Amino acid sequence: MNLKEIAEILDAEAVSGADLATVDIPNAYACDLMSDVLAFCPPGALLLTGLTNVQIVRTAQMLDLPAVVFVRGKKPLEETLALAKENGIPVLMTKLSLYETCGKLFAKGLEPGYAPTKEA
Amino acid sequence: MAEPVSLEYKIEGNDYMVAGAASNNIKNTLKMLGIESDVCRRAAVVTYEAEMNLVIHAGGGILKALISEDKIELCTVDEGPGIPDIGKAMTEGYTTASDHAREMGFGAGMGLPNIKRNSDVFEIESTPGVGTQLKSTILFQK
Repeated sequence: MNLKEIAEILDAEAVSGADLATVDIPNAYACDLMSDVLAFCPPGALLLTGLTNVQIVRTAQMLDLPAVVFVRGKKPLEETLALAKENGIPVLMTKLSLYETCGKLFAKGLEPGYAPTKEA
Repeated sequence: MAEPVSLEYKIEGNDYMVAGAASNNIKNTLKMLGIESDVCRRAAVVTYEAEMNLVIHAGGGILKALISEDKIELCTVDEGPGIPDIGKAMTEGYTTASDHAREMGFGAGMGLPNIKRNSDVFEIESTPGVGTQLKSTILFQK
């Protein structure tokens, strides 16, 4: 799935200089806890979150995440958008809740980025 | 790489707007040196978690990276309050982070365990009232 399709599914507004159709998204990870994103989110995953501070973009940058979706109609700080732009990380904003955002993308076949490890 | 590359940054305490910039510089340097992406990513997670620890807990400190032919060594040194019980601090879920840090999405008690998980060699020394020194080594080829 590419980011343009995702933007359409989520009726999301995009803030990006990039051509969304060229950004390929293999899977997604939804979380408001950056500590857990840093521990569990695989490279290449689309990050879905309701937090909008600059550290979200920093986290995406550190983990090579291709894009970020801000949910619940949250408006990111100007600094957040500036850092995303500076680093070429496309940002989508949707009015949907985190639950509905996940549900819609999952229903369209977008895979989870994280699989629990099997306990021995 | 003929000579090791040495990077050093002074990290300000409680500055959440700038936090992560040093880690990003280190990551970009690794990428420019052509280091394998999995190693870059592990180093980025280690430096970022360690940098956030300096910002959140230590009132700032020094973040250093020494990149040589076969490994990267990442160190932080601070003069913060220190960690009274390192065993506890290494337990997933244990945290002493401020409400502000938590509002930013940090302070879930995953930081030090996550640094250790991404390191090939992990060392931490801390003296309450004096400060903490952390060293993480990541080997380029295992």
